Amino acid sequence: MKPRDLSDLAFRNLREAILRNALTTLGVAVGVASLVAMLSLGVGLQELASKRLSQSGLFDTIFVTPKNNFRGMGRPQREVQSDKPPRTLDEDARKEIEKLPNVIEVYPQVRFFTEVRFNNKPFATVVAGMPDSSRNSGSFDGMQGYFFSSPTADEAILQIEFATDLSEKPASLIGQDLVLRYAERQALPANDDASSPSGEPSGGFSVVPKELRLKIVGIVETEPAAGYGGYGNARLLMPLSTASTLRAAQVNDLRDIVRDNTANKTTYASLSVRAKSPSQVETLEASIKSMGFAAFSLLDASKSLRTFFSVFDLLLGIFGSLALAVATLGIVNTLVMAILERRREIGVLKALGAADSDVQQLFFVEAGVMGLFGGFFGVLFGWLLGRAITFGTNVYLKRQSLNPIELSSVPWWLVIAAIVFAILVSLAAGLYPASRAAKLNPVDALRYE
Amino acid sequence: MPNAETAIQLEHVSRQYTMGGATIQAVNDVSLSVARNEFLALLGSSGSGKSTLLNLIAGLDRPTSGSIMAQGQNLAELTSIELARYRCNTIGMIFQSFNLLPRMTLEENIELPLRLAEVDREERPGRVREALERVRLTHRLGHRPTELSGGEQQRVAIARALVNRPKILLADEPTGNLDSATGEAILSLLRDVQRQLGMTIVMVTHERPLAERYADRLAIMGDGKLLSASEITKEAAR
Repeated sequence: MKPRDLSDLAFRNLREAILRNALTTLGVAVGVASLVAMLSLGVGLQELASKRLSQSGLFDTIFVTPKNNFRGMGRPQREVQSDKPPRTLDEDARKEIEKLPNVIEVYPQVRFFTEVRFNNKPFATVVAGMPDSSRNSGSFDGMQGYFFSSPTADEAILQIEFATDLSEKPASLIGQDLVLRYAERQALPANDDASSPSGEPSGGFSVVPKELRLKIVGIVETEPAAGYGGYGNARLLMPLSTASTLRAAQVNDLRDIVRDNTANKTTYASLSVRAKSPSQVETLEASIKSMGFAAFSLLDASKSLRTFFSVFDLLLGIFGSLALAVATLGIVNTLVMAILERRREIGVLKALGAADSDVQQLFFVEAGVMGLFGGFFGVLFGWLLGRAITFGTNVYLKRQSLNPIELSSVPWWLVIAAIVFAILVSLAAGLYPASRAAKLNPVDALRYE
Repeated sequence: MPNAETAIQLEHVSRQYTMGGATIQAVNDVSLSVARNEFLALLGSSGSGKSTLLNLIAGLDRPTSGSIMAQGQNLAELTSIELARYRCNTIGMIFQSFNLLPRMTLEENIELPLRLAEVDREERPGRVREALERVRLTHRLGHRPTELSGGEQQRVAIARALVNRPKILLADEPTGNLDSATGEAILSLLRDVQRQLGMTIVMVTHERPLAERYADRLAIMGDGKLLSASEITKEAAR
């Protein structure tokens, strides 16, 4: 029989016992829905976790430091040193790294101890410069107030605990000014006579106290992108460009001046290199190391996270499949019942010239059609279920004064995979009834009343 | 041996069944030849094996021993798919209980063999109409079989059997469920169709007077054996 005639007959047969077939299809739909809902939760949680983690900058960021940087300060053990000579982490190096493929941006970590004056009271804290790109990273989602109005604004965002130190009502701080007191590094004129009789290195810098008035624009729970290479968590955040122009003396300055005559140049304690995606971190890290810098990323942690979610998804998938397995039995039952009911019809079909394969295919197509519709509606129900769970969770989170989250996610591959899976499972369920129908003896079938 | 004039040739055909440990000899060593364009009536009491013999000729069943040649094909040599094709293209069947599919309209019932024979969709409406004209039933095509009288249903069944233009028409008690007037009308129709199309008809019946009136020859069965096969003279028919 031609495929179109086969499907015509299959649809006609399904329509004739519409209630029973609709209920069977509904069973498949419920099975698929539970599978889709489970997997969408798994995918959603995974996306949520990787979004949060990638927003944190931990997994797509490589932290670059000069190779001879001192150890300690809570740093992980550095990898085996390469043969390349150590290089200074200066602006030239920054530009060079920026030109590497798959690099989004390279920004220095500007981070220094300083004193903040508010209402004429001094507070010691660590200040960190935030790149403008952190605006969209999601780290500032749910903050009080606003992100910096421009990359060079004289504005500050406070970490909540620090804000609480400043005022009992942290929210009231927004819009107020504070004074940042910092040590500006001013280069001493370089000694032109390089071959001085003493042979001592020239250069160096003097440290001059300065003040900058900053407007508090926002308050954030934790410091975003704390990353690696920080000297304690920063509690006052300001635009990176503004922080850079301060030329505030940093921890590495003293070391640099002893080591080399680089006082005139801007050198960095560390650079953060953001890759386009975590998958490119590994090769990028290797390239940076081969340039003569030390580099570190948290890629391994990300790998084990992915492994965890694969196992998690698998478990959810298995639980979700249970309902589908039950639905499969429903298909077998419906089709076996249909054979009994349509025994005589099968006999007539065979008498009129239907081959065993025609009868088999007819039952197969009927099972497949139930699978197709079951899969389609199952995806729809599953999606709705996921939305309902997300909605319920967010209502709960809202009551707990927490930010809403996107708990379930139904990507297009899940839609297609669920429908294909439903069809395959239904066809498998149709195997036994179809072969039983095909083997029916037409003489017996015609005699059947 | 079969010649060009033979439509069906049965040689020592037997069919045994085992039922609950007992062996039943439904057809026992039957040899019979049916000529092309012949109308043969198979007579016999219930359980005489006539319907089993008809099913063997139809290719719905295979003999335990013996050979069946139909339209030059040795049925024993055909695979199950070839046998299905033989049923589809060479054989047309009608039954006592009509066996129309109740969920389909008349038109769809008649179209069914065309679907199985993979006839082009464009060609089908013409073939259905032609078959219906032959049985003189061209109205109520959209109706379902249960909405028709027994005689009309049997006409539809005949149209369905004719739609693939078979060479052999096999009828299993076609008048069994009909009153005598309608039964006669159906046999008269079969006779007309046979003459118009030049078909071979084998009809199983237990109504001897009707068979004598319409068939060319009677074959009488009893206990699975062929008791006699005789030509019907015009005198006998009257």
